[in-house]
Amino acid sequence: MSDIRINIINKTYVLEHDRDHNHHAIAGLDFTVHPKQFVCLVGPSGCGKTTLLNMIAGLDHQYEGQIHKGQLGTTPSIGYVFQNPRLLPWYSIRQNIELVFQHQPPVQLIDSLLDSMQLRDAQHQYPERLSLGMQRRVAIIRAFAINPDILLMDEPFVSLDAPTARQVRSLLYSLWRQRPHTVLFVTHDLREAIAMADRLIFLSPAPMRILGDIEVTIARDLRHNDNQIEAFRNQLLQNHSEISGLL
Amino acid sequence: MLLEGQYRNQLLGTLSIVLLLAIWQAGALALSSPVLPTPWKVALTFWQATLSGELPYHLGITLSRLVCSFALAMLLGCAIGIALGKNKSLNAFFDHWLVIFLNIPALVTIILCYIWFGLVEWAAILAVVVNKLPNVIVTIREGARALDKDLLEMAESYRFGRRKTLQHVIWPQLQPYVMAATRSGLALIWKIILVVELLGRSNGMGFQLHSFFQLFDVASLLAYSFAFVAVIQLIEVLVLKPMDRNTQRWRR
Repeated sequence: MSDIRINIINKTYVLEHDRDHNHHAIAGLDFTVHPKQFVCLVGPSGCGKTTLLNMIAGLDHQYEGQIHKGQLGTTPSIGYVFQNPRLLPWYSIRQNIELVFQHQPPVQLIDSLLDSMQLRDAQHQYPERLSLGMQRRVAIIRAFAINPDILLMDEPFVSLDAPTARQVRSLLYSLWRQRPHTVLFVTHDLREAIAMADRLIFLSPAPMRILGDIEVTIARDLRHNDNQIEAFRNQLLQNHSEISGLL
Repeated sequence: MLLEGQYRNQLLGTLSIVLLLAIWQAGALALSSPVLPTPWKVALTFWQATLSGELPYHLGITLSRLVCSFALAMLLGCAIGIALGKNKSLNAFFDHWLVIFLNIPALVTIILCYIWFGLVEWAAILAVVVNKLPNVIVTIREGARALDKDLLEMAESYRFGRRKTLQHVIWPQLQPYVMAATRSGLALIWKIILVVELLGRSNGMGFQLHSFFQLFDVASLLAYSFAFVAVIQLIEVLVLKPMDRNTQRWRR
């Protein structure tokens, strides 16, 4: 797996309720993500983060610019955790996970992922009978299970209560540490971003551009320490006034 | 409490049928005319027609026409409905055709099919299919329009491919619409088939009913009608209800 190179010159789209005007989503965005790097994209709501992930996932091709994902001629596999879990309600959660495999689904791997997300007992339930937190965990397993080259995560903990979000976040983090992938993680929660990422990319309100690209220097083993996170956050906000206005 | 309610409903249902039979019996006795035979006479006619093999033969013919035309209308209707629901330009182009076909009276299609293609079996089937097809297309098109875009995007990002997306993402969403088309389809098709048989076939329930009409044989007319209604009810209970339960099993 090689770098992901993102160079978007321009991206506009037409809003459903205002078909006469083009909405300017991205105005120049140029960055590279290295293999197995955990990158958090931090920006205010509505700045176009989801649009960017959709473009990287290949769901949106209407833009000016280029996105290189891996070597020429190869198509990297992508695991995408959407903002809402997007599980097929007519299949059990195990079937939802099995379905993303092109061939025979690996039974042991799925078992161990279900165990690590504490979902083994609920594996034959239908998604609608589970809480939102459990559904989100299923969506994370589904994305991890295929061992993707790129893992895209779009605010996967939004609308979860704080303790549940914390629990799912630590499960996700330990899963990623066992099986590191290249991750692009969208959030507007700076503490969450610092706790997980190797690197933070701060994005402006639409039209989106990069306001800051900062490496998180806290050692991985100290990331569970709230004081460390808080200190890094304060320092960051102090040194980068453009970011503090953003959050 | 629930069971008691069920028993009460069953009891009420049985009582209402007994009451209907009683009114019928009383009316038939009061009239004392072959135009309104008693329920017993109708039951006897039904039994004799069944034993002679005549009723099963004609019923079988009509049912085989029903199965053929229904399957064709559903298959074509689903394919065209999905295509129109997913492609706006195609839909805009063919929408007027649909409106025209929806509004052509069934009798006109049947007569035209017989005139153009002759009094042959496939013309009869075609006439039924042409009558039913627009209804299926309109229902399935609505289903295809209402497909969840989020799930389609999920399928695309995980590279499901066309076949897998159709089977696991699109088809389950269309099932309620297919069930609606099936239910309304069966009700519509068997009525059209009787007219098709009456006008241009020499066997089947429609042909028989026409003969009974000419002979004023009301007992046979009613016996055949009840047999047909019973078969349609059986299809409802044995095929459609279980299908319905199966498609709804995941709902809360």
